[in-house]
Amino acid sequence: MYRYDTFDHRITAERIAQFRNQVRRRLSGELTEDEFRILRLQNGLYMQIHAYMLRIAVPYGLVSAAQMRMFAHIARTYDRGYGHFTTRQNIQFNWVKLQEAPDILADLASVEMHANQTSGNCIRNITSDEYAGVAQDELIDPRPYAEILRQWSTFHPEFGYLPRKFKFAITGATEDRAATAVHDIGLSVLKNAQGEVGFRVRVGGGLGRTPVIGTEICDFVPWQHIITYVESIVRVYNEYGRRDNIYKARIKILVKALGIEEFKRQVEADWQFTKNGPCTITPEELQRVSAYFAAPAYAPFSGENTEIVALQRDSMAFANWMNRNVKAHKVPGYAAVVLTLKKTGIAPGDATAEQMDAAADLAERFSFGELRITHMQNLVLADVKQSDLIALWEAAKTLGMATANAGLLTDIICCPGGDFCTLANARSIPLAKAIAERFDDIDFQHDIGEIELNMSGCINACGHHHIGHIGILGVDKEGTEWNQVSIGGAQGNTASLGKIIGRSFSFAQIPEVIARLLQVYVRERHADERFIDTVRRIGHEPFKDFVYATPVEEDAKLAGAEYALLEKGKGTPYDTPYYSPRF
Amino acid sequence: MIIKNKTIIDDEWEVLRLAEGETPQSVVVPSGKVIVPLKVWQAQREILLQRSERGVWLASNERAEALQNDLPEFSVIAVDFPRFADGRGYSIAYHLRARMGYRGELRAIGDVLRDQMFYMQRVGFDAFAPRADKDIHAALKSLNDFSLSYQASVDQSAPLFRRVTRGSEQ
Repeated sequence: MYRYDTFDHRITAERIAQFRNQVRRRLSGELTEDEFRILRLQNGLYMQIHAYMLRIAVPYGLVSAAQMRMFAHIARTYDRGYGHFTTRQNIQFNWVKLQEAPDILADLASVEMHANQTSGNCIRNITSDEYAGVAQDELIDPRPYAEILRQWSTFHPEFGYLPRKFKFAITGATEDRAATAVHDIGLSVLKNAQGEVGFRVRVGGGLGRTPVIGTEICDFVPWQHIITYVESIVRVYNEYGRRDNIYKARIKILVKALGIEEFKRQVEADWQFTKNGPCTITPEELQRVSAYFAAPAYAPFSGENTEIVALQRDSMAFANWMNRNVKAHKVPGYAAVVLTLKKTGIAPGDATAEQMDAAADLAERFSFGELRITHMQNLVLADVKQSDLIALWEAAKTLGMATANAGLLTDIICCPGGDFCTLANARSIPLAKAIAERFDDIDFQHDIGEIELNMSGCINACGHHHIGHIGILGVDKEGTEWNQVSIGGAQGNTASLGKIIGRSFSFAQIPEVIARLLQVYVRERHADERFIDTVRRIGHEPFKDFVYATPVEEDAKLAGAEYALLEKGKGTPYDTPYYSPRF
Repeated sequence: MIIKNKTIIDDEWEVLRLAEGETPQSVVVPSGKVIVPLKVWQAQREILLQRSERGVWLASNERAEALQNDLPEFSVIAVDFPRFADGRGYSIAYHLRARMGYRGELRAIGDVLRDQMFYMQRVGFDAFAPRADKDIHAALKSLNDFSLSYQASVDQSAPLFRRVTRGSEQ
């Protein structure tokens, strides 16, 4: 993986010194909260319901064992013993004290990490395919380009105060596992007919209040020119993106308003000034960065592992895990393994300090000391020898990270929701727990097959609800929480946006609503047809008809005191206003 | 007082902002060194040309290109930041310096705070009028917040990977 040189270290250290000074001035009252807010956001620090939350950047989702152990250290030293992995492949800590934030950043810098630009109206952490470098369908490894773009975007002086946040995703495989269609800029590395490497560039995708699938602005930008090309896109956006209305400030609105042809004309007019200029990437720089992503020293393939075959036959649990959590690898004899953070009863994407330390140990023992964080909020060991799979499974089981549900119903994408986030209209974590409990039966889940259930507590869509096969969105009706349900959304090559099935539901109704959607699917599905494919084939109506045909009863337990909302405004700020399995 | 070329100096210029009811055509530009709004320059060009020194300022929704043919007429061009979070001024400055070749004083005015000044300096501002309620001496220090940067801009025509030999160990 990429390693800092003296220059990376110096820039990071100077940033921490700058932020430490800003925190000092805030604490002394020299900076007003209004002035400080944007500065802390650009250093990853949000204010949530209970405390500050620090979002740490995990560039393109790749971490070393040492970095993972640092997360565990931060969880223990500065937080409450756990962290939350996010859909942007980052990690968040929920109980941070302002005066300690610079120390956390200094600790992070010691393992070549930071929290730069993980919030604010600037270029955010660049996300990528969690199987980059190991996927069988990969054309080009996107990580060197992601790193080059990370450096370009870090403290870019012209783009620190954009109209709104700006998100890049980059993939280099046939199948898009980085949701590039719903990013402000989505990049696909590929080769043209002449065998030259370049990028298909899409622009103006995004979720949030106005979900949009991105539009292709250029089918091939040669790799040397990618910095100057995206710089022109961001410059045109900085100049002309709307600043009068926060809900219309993303680049997708500008692209829609101008039309892709006019937007492209403006971008290319700007690009003419810089194309072939000094910001053109040199072969030497590409080579330097690429060297950090060279393949590890794989062992030669020693043939099919008979123990695995036997155990798959004898153990349904192991067979399920192999089936769901073990992914194909480009090197014979190796596999990529999903360590799921989706055990029923645990907030999706959460890991304890002990789990982080243990995952780091597993990475060192089985996967060349590296891990990936996925936008599905799981961990991946990308380079596991097949002959180690049984040992890894045994170890992961004891850590609660071997639930065989990767890509299944309870592999829920879930935002922090009303338990933590001031923006949320509804609770996501307790609802995810209720859903997981209702559908905990792993055989049932395997029968339902691949399905993506995504939940966001508000319209900002951190939980990617628009692209869930089933999407749940928290909405506010006169101060009470309700949930809108949509179906038909999808990520990937055939990305689509879900459509709302009808009027919204109470917290306690949602598990039954999902049960009814699944009943329609089971009734209508063809052999080997996924939920999303059935929805696409038969349309929304059969699902809608069945869900609303009879009154949806509330789950008595969920409607009871255990899950009841506490009244807002009662208790101290560090009390827990809502129920959550975390509290 | 303003900061110019990393030094605190007396400000010889007055920034003219239109009061309610005033129009670019009718406003009387005071004598002396005055930085006028772009619209006043456009409306009163002939009169202003009779002065020995002129300044003009651009609002964040105006374009650097509006001054394309007039650059030699100005001793100072200012860019207004109506709120410090409005980042259009950075691209305006970049255009003036990198694309149009403006070499005179480029001043940040308006909601100018020290924590934005390092970026402002990088995109070509060499003069800063920090907001009146802020300590200008403290603001001056922030111009040295960083000693190097990854990417090119007005202050560095080449990105870091062309300026140094990357990859040396810590």
